[in-house]
Amino acid sequence: MRLEPIADPGLTRTLGLPAAALALTVIIGSLLALLAGADPFATLGLIVKGAAGSRFAILETLNRATPLIFTGLAIAVAFRARLWNIGAEAQLYAGAVMAVVLGAGALGWPAYLLLPAMALAAALAGALTLLGPTILKTRFGVDEVVTTLLLNFIALLFVSMLLEGPLKDPMGMGWPKSARLIPEARLPRIVEGLRLHWGFGLALISAALVWLIGARTTFGFEMCAVGRNANAAAFAGMPVNAVMLKTALLSGGLAAMAGFSEVAGLKGSLTLDISPGFGYTGIIVAMLALLNPLGVVVSAIFVAGVFVGADSMSRAAGVPTYIADILLATALLTMVLAIMLTRFRVRRG
Amino acid sequence: MMEIVDILISASFWAAVIRIASPLIFATMGELICERAGVLNLGIEGIMVVGAFVGWMTVYSGGGLWLGVAAAMAAGMFFGLLHSVLTVPFGLSQHVVGLGVTLLASAATYFAYRLALPEVTSPPRIEAFAPLNIPGLSDIPFFGPSLFSQTALTYFAFLLAGVTAFVLYRTPLGLALRAAGENPAAVEAQGLSVTALRMGAVMVGSGLMAIGGAFLTMSAFNSFFFEMVNGRGWVCIALVVFGAWRPGKALLGALLFAAFDALQIRLQQTALGAEIPYQVFLMTPFVLSILALVVMSRRAEVPAALMTPFNKGER
Amino acid sequence: MGGAAAVVLRLDRITKRFGKLTANDAISFELREGEVIALLGENGAGKTTLMNILFGHYTADAGGVELFGAPLPPGQPRAALAAGVGMVHQHFTLADNLTVTENILLGAEPLWRLRLGRGAARARIAQLSEDYGLKVARDARVGDLTVGERQRVEILKALYRDARILILDEPTAVLTPQETDALFATMRKAVARGLSVVFISHKLHEVMAISSRVLVLRHGRLVGEVKTAETDRHRLAELMVGAEVCAPRIVEGSEGAAHLTLERVTTPDRGSAPGLKRAALELRAGRITGLAGVSGNGQAALADLIAGLIGPTEGRLLIAGAEPAGWSPRAALGAGVARIPEDRLKTGAIADFTLTENAILETYHAPPFSRRGFMNWRAAADFARRIIERYDVRCPGPETPIRLLSGGNMQKLILGRALEATPRIVLANQPVRGLDIGAVAYVQEQLLAARARGAAVLLISEDLDEVMALSDVIHVISEGRLSPAFARGERSAAELGVWMAGDGFAERADAA
Repeated sequence: MRLEPIADPGLTRTLGLPAAALALTVIIGSLLALLAGADPFATLGLIVKGAAGSRFAILETLNRATPLIFTGLAIAVAFRARLWNIGAEAQLYAGAVMAVVLGAGALGWPAYLLLPAMALAAALAGALTLLGPTILKTRFGVDEVVTTLLLNFIALLFVSMLLEGPLKDPMGMGWPKSARLIPEARLPRIVEGLRLHWGFGLALISAALVWLIGARTTFGFEMCAVGRNANAAAFAGMPVNAVMLKTALLSGGLAAMAGFSEVAGLKGSLTLDISPGFGYTGIIVAMLALLNPLGVVVSAIFVAGVFVGADSMSRAAGVPTYIADILLATALLTMVLAIMLTRFRVRRG
Repeated sequence: MMEIVDILISASFWAAVIRIASPLIFATMGELICERAGVLNLGIEGIMVVGAFVGWMTVYSGGGLWLGVAAAMAAGMFFGLLHSVLTVPFGLSQHVVGLGVTLLASAATYFAYRLALPEVTSPPRIEAFAPLNIPGLSDIPFFGPSLFSQTALTYFAFLLAGVTAFVLYRTPLGLALRAAGENPAAVEAQGLSVTALRMGAVMVGSGLMAIGGAFLTMSAFNSFFFEMVNGRGWVCIALVVFGAWRPGKALLGALLFAAFDALQIRLQQTALGAEIPYQVFLMTPFVLSILALVVMSRRAEVPAALMTPFNKGER
Repeated sequence: MGGAAAVVLRLDRITKRFGKLTANDAISFELREGEVIALLGENGAGKTTLMNILFGHYTADAGGVELFGAPLPPGQPRAALAAGVGMVHQHFTLADNLTVTENILLGAEPLWRLRLGRGAARARIAQLSEDYGLKVARDARVGDLTVGERQRVEILKALYRDARILILDEPTAVLTPQETDALFATMRKAVARGLSVVFISHKLHEVMAISSRVLVLRHGRLVGEVKTAETDRHRLAELMVGAEVCAPRIVEGSEGAAHLTLERVTTPDRGSAPGLKRAALELRAGRITGLAGVSGNGQAALADLIAGLIGPTEGRLLIAGAEPAGWSPRAALGAGVARIPEDRLKTGAIADFTLTENAILETYHAPPFSRRGFMNWRAAADFARRIIERYDVRCPGPETPIRLLSGGNMQKLILGRALEATPRIVLANQPVRGLDIGAVAYVQEQLLAARARGAAVLLISEDLDEVMALSDVIHVISEGRLSPAFARGERSAAELGVWMAGDGFAERADAA
């Protein structure tokens, strides 16, 4: 078989194929429910209800979407410049650590000074975390996929060390946990009484800014050019390595904001499980959004909904909650295939 | 530093090195075969998880040990098939598909585990591979207990490295595989199918990765728990680079890596180890992997067509 | 010849379409035992497509192929190989990481055999090299060989498989005139042993020299079949192009100041590609300086140097007599260097970008396209529209992705982008490679126009005929060394060929 480019895919292809990918995902989900001895329709219904069936459910979904928007943006930015940042998990923890370092009483500043300082420090820490592998890539040609992946493990062990050492909660029992943030270091709720913090607002603003950078700025043009064809970009005189490093700073900073927002907005302290793989899930979020920053918001809410819905369904129907991960991985694989097929036709011979 | 010398001259240390290296050898050879044919397989981490679970589950449900190994390999090949269908004929990004396969394979494993054992808190143990003394050789002092008193799967791992090298460098199939990773057009021009070669390589390679995973449950820990693969797959990808895509050097790399790993485990129990946080020791394998990548980056000869999809008739 | 020899290959009304383009339109011909036929045609006439169908890389939409009297199943390279067809592709199909022997063995043995049989193979390769005059180092890595040696490996590969029919696709494009003579000698030996050869070319004198019959393709159609003995170059050219060919008219111009000078410049080697070795060169205003040479002899290093991608490790590069402070692509652009790169798709343009985005690729960072870090896309689109209009780029509009354009139109955009700034120096690296005849003429006209405006043009090409036709001054490059400048007509093609093979340099060293 052979792939032939399509000049103009037409509406049926552009919409039909992604729809087919989604349908396939749903079918696989139904089969999994059957396998677990549950009624597939009831299971899917329970997932939808658990994600969006009540005000509580919706807020829960938006809360879960917040870190995913940040990591999704981080990965969208990096992948656009073809910087394979698989280390959003490490950058997230770097941000979370900085939030605790500054916010747990070290600085007695008022909230309007303390929160920006924490955010800035978090972003800086995340940016530096990705800078290392990026320099190894531009300087020595070391593949950043493997280095960023390995850094995730190193970062988690480092955090574990901190939580049993300098950042250990003096009040805590044996469990590795940091001290709680002071009240000035907590992100306020958007609407009083509703369980949704300003981290979500920050995520939306970040998405808009990232979109602006990509579509309107000179740096955005450079990032895109380097990602599509670094060779041609270099020939045209673009500072390819500098663009890579700047992209890394932006990407790492965004991922770190997820850690800051989780600690300052939701949890109030740092534990080893503040991220159930937000860094990896960010890859799915970014790919489903076709690396579009505004699309990331939508896909992050969708992905968060699947997780939240599956949690609540699992309690009711007894289908293991890992069904959510299977559904999302399937959606990722079928969607990249569908998008490719909108651009190429499969021909025999 | 006498402590280190004491460790290095003990037979049990070298036995541990060989044992720790074994799963890495399986997975590294698997990845090496994929990459020599031109496909980066980031599904390795998830495929090892699948292999660990399937091998263990087969034995737990009453199957024989070798049936467990075969089942693990088959499960690995299934995910290899999925990976290769998407990356070879359809030419999708090997990064994205690989990570997708890892996510899917681990999620499917955890889902199946929860279905199979809904109420279990501590996972049951199985009767795993027992050490197999090689008559004559295992009685040699020092070398006997360290090298020749391992499980059957370990001997198999070392045999595999030899077989991989033989096939790659001494058979027409190996020639075709190496060419497919360097210049697929050369293979196609000889009437051989690049698609078939690459898909075959990814499937066989994935099967071997899964055996590497199965080693953990069937020859090391004798039980299955979440996060047990714990980055070993990513380490193996670094080992392939460190080994410059050559089976012999990759085998050496795996042994070197295992030696450091075994050493850090033992150092933790010394007086020195009591002063340093244990996390530092646990980090060393990952730090070493990154260092290995940096050291080898300038010298290694990457297969020229690695990560480049081949579309027949493309100008 | 007479009609006695058996027909070994028969093509019957082969038709192949790619979308709207008909690459081959009902083409039929026969090849007889022991003859060389030439398939002549411009780029894009359909020669390579036809041979790819014969070899099974493509399947024809209609028509059939008969080999030695039996129909050939379509779309199976194995079947063509087994029937005794050997093809030497324009882009070699060799794996650089394997040795010569391994490359020849690749695919020759059944895949599942447990041994390679290197020993027997080496002996047989030695015999074949001897018989056909194809000298190669059997145990060298192919990555370390020269282009000419690689081609010999390709031919050996076909002979090793007992090919009865050899298809050579533009084999001389990469050879020195002397290597071409050696290739022709090999072809004659093959024919004497009863093989048949299809020689694909667009070079008339070579076709006249080696073939017994000529088939001419134009726009996918077979427009003529003539006995070589009964025709001449002029008539073939007319058939090939479909009209009287007029060579570009060169008006004598006056020589100006040296815009760019290289003084004993050395650049680092890269893998098997040599860097420059103490190269001296002067690009003068109002002159086209041609660079002749076999590909892979340092042309890339020279092009990268002038494009600003690399700097000299020894020696000096001077712009208008002065050494520039810092040398980079942007510095080169600032110094008035217009750059037309060798590979349009890999370095010249970003395939997924629109014409607008590609048009400003070199100038995006300065006003009017960028102010205070923000892009002005309206100014960019206006600029793209101006280039599209002035340089006759055929496209649906400035927002079309450039990958949807033909090679010629893509090259026109790159040319427009480079020439719009009225450069003082023009670097044209293989500017007409792979273009159809209309686009070739257009590009050459533009280069001559730049020369007439007083620009210093460097034309790098593997096509010696092209270099000789357009250049006021010619340098030959071999293993990174530059020959002295030869004025137009000072040296014949054969004499330049001696330099291309690297021999003139030694003589000069002796004389010195």
